[in-house]
Amino acid sequence: MTDALPLLVVVPIVLALAPIAAGRLRENTGWIAAAVAAVVHLGLSVSVALTVRSAGRVSYAVGGYVPPFGIELVADGVSAALVVLVSAVTLAVVVYARAAGPRSNTFYSELLVLTAGISGMFVTADLFNLYVFLEITGLATYALVATGRSPAAALAALKYLLVGTIGASLYLLGVGYLYISTGSLNMADLAGLLPEVGYDSPLILTGFALIAVGLGVKTALFPLHTWQPDAYAESPDSVAAYISALVSTASAYALFRVLYTVFTPAFDAAVPVALDTLVVLASVSVVIGSVLAVLQSDLKRMLAYSSVSQFGLVVAGFAVVNETALVGGLVHLVGHAVMKAGLFVAVGALAAVAGGRTIDDLAGMADRAPVVSAAFAVLALALVGVPPAVGFAGKWHIVLGAVEGGRWIVAGVAIVSTLLTLAYFARVIERLYFRDAPAPAGVAEQPDATAAADADAALTADGSGAGSGGSDADGTPGVDAGDVPDADAVDAPVSTVPMRARLIVVAAAVAAVVLGVFATDLIAAFEPVVEVSFQ
Amino acid sequence: MIDHVGLTGQIDLLATRFSYLVVVALIGIGLYGVTASPNLVKKVIGLNIFQVGIFLFFVTSGYVTGAAPPLLGHGSGPYASPLPHVLILTAIVVGVSLTAVALALVVRIYDAYGTLDEDAIEEVRSHD
Repeated sequence: MTDALPLLVVVPIVLALAPIAAGRLRENTGWIAAAVAAVVHLGLSVSVALTVRSAGRVSYAVGGYVPPFGIELVADGVSAALVVLVSAVTLAVVVYARAAGPRSNTFYSELLVLTAGISGMFVTADLFNLYVFLEITGLATYALVATGRSPAAALAALKYLLVGTIGASLYLLGVGYLYISTGSLNMADLAGLLPEVGYDSPLILTGFALIAVGLGVKTALFPLHTWQPDAYAESPDSVAAYISALVSTASAYALFRVLYTVFTPAFDAAVPVALDTLVVLASVSVVIGSVLAVLQSDLKRMLAYSSVSQFGLVVAGFAVVNETALVGGLVHLVGHAVMKAGLFVAVGALAAVAGGRTIDDLAGMADRAPVVSAAFAVLALALVGVPPAVGFAGKWHIVLGAVEGGRWIVAGVAIVSTLLTLAYFARVIERLYFRDAPAPAGVAEQPDATAAADADAALTADGSGAGSGGSDADGTPGVDAGDVPDADAVDAPVSTVPMRARLIVVAAAVAAVVLGVFATDLIAAFEPVVEVSFQ
Repeated sequence: MIDHVGLTGQIDLLATRFSYLVVVALIGIGLYGVTASPNLVKKVIGLNIFQVGIFLFFVTSGYVTGAAPPLLGHGSGPYASPLPHVLILTAIVVGVSLTAVALALVVRIYDAYGTLDEDAIEEVRSHD
């Protein structure tokens, strides 16, 4: 069923118009449109994944123009897995946004445009088409970051727009160099044409450098990451969860496509200095990102710098150029998306209960929000790389591949980054579990409420956090009949974590562990693609 | 390809490839505008100039000396390559959308801070 491929882009982009059109007649149509789009998208992506599993690579010629002249959409093991990831994260964020907001119709329109852009980046096989989807993704992300009400959010969005557009434009310029030297824009076609021109031709080397820098900006590798912490920290929780999981991931995936489908490992054999440079840049990104994360006191900024470091590790895995490290990089790409989305939702939920989002605000939170705290700890340790979670599977293959390929710098950096990741998460876990809540918070006198929260922690529908004290954290009337009294709603904005947030964080934690346990299946899906690249 | 680098060669290069000089100039001016000006609107203008440089680069690549416009019935071949032009039409649309979003954000920032000067905004923020 190859028709599902274009629909992955078409369905969300068409449904993105629905909230704006129907919003004239009725309020709150946005969520319904987004929910429908997310469910349909999930169905489509699963059907694509099943087709790829049984029949291998699937290709679709847009508008009936035969590639390489027309635009080609392609799904293989890697893109199918990532498209399923997009659906899953979209569904989770749509569910979460119902409770956490923002609730406007335009928010859901922007979210669906973003879904379409990211899906397009994952399935396209054309360099210029990739630029268009990169910019659709960018535009939607800038608008989403600005849905935060504060002026700081608008400033962060504008900064992101300026830096992100320069990155995307440099990518476009690089594509221009490749197009001028070969006359083609189709990825697979370019792979055959580039060696004819000569990998060491100045045009192609310049094109490679521009594309790598452009995508490096979008992925937020170290010297080019400056837009990212502000954008993550100032955007609403649901937006931060979504863009941290998918936007940089899509750019890193684009880098993977450029490195392995367009330039192929033969380029590394001909011009080793290009990927050597990339290895060094990525390694620097890993170390500096981790160090900056350790220095942060704001939880969202800490997670943002953690992404700088983790994407450094992913790109380092790509740049080692052997099968093991590449598989490791791809597994970590998927794993990081799941873990980081879960962590952002968890931090948002914990910060809402604690009344602040610095690390010290979380003191003693394990008593007040036991489920989310436990899930946060699982996700944090998964990102550190504790087996059997998916963080371990990814890092293990990257280190193994780096040793096989003699890139000791990557192996060393991966291990250092693991220690630093542990350093910044251990601080948070220590606050959560081994510190008492500060006395003036006025919450010490309600152990019965926490006991109740404890008892119904097992995801039964009766224990939802009633959005107490006039807070609007839970907008659904059906789950408001919680049994937690409004005893502690004096100065804390929310008494307990909303049900939906709890569900999402636990689902992310479970997914991180399950993906780790079944990592061999994920690797089996990636391996055919990787082997083709290395032939 | 021009291999001889005599004076005439350089003049030839300038005379036949001058559009590339314009490309480099526009990209440079644009990047300078984005980074050097503290005024947010001027940054957006710089971004536009930067992008126009890239657009010109693509459009130039479709030029063929002595070619007819790529329209049926307007002379016979060789035709200029229409593909870069079509690509850049798309990129121009993207650029316009980006400018619209950027200016909308600038309006919001101006409403909140009462200035467009980046340094002044930074100062206001540091006092918060």
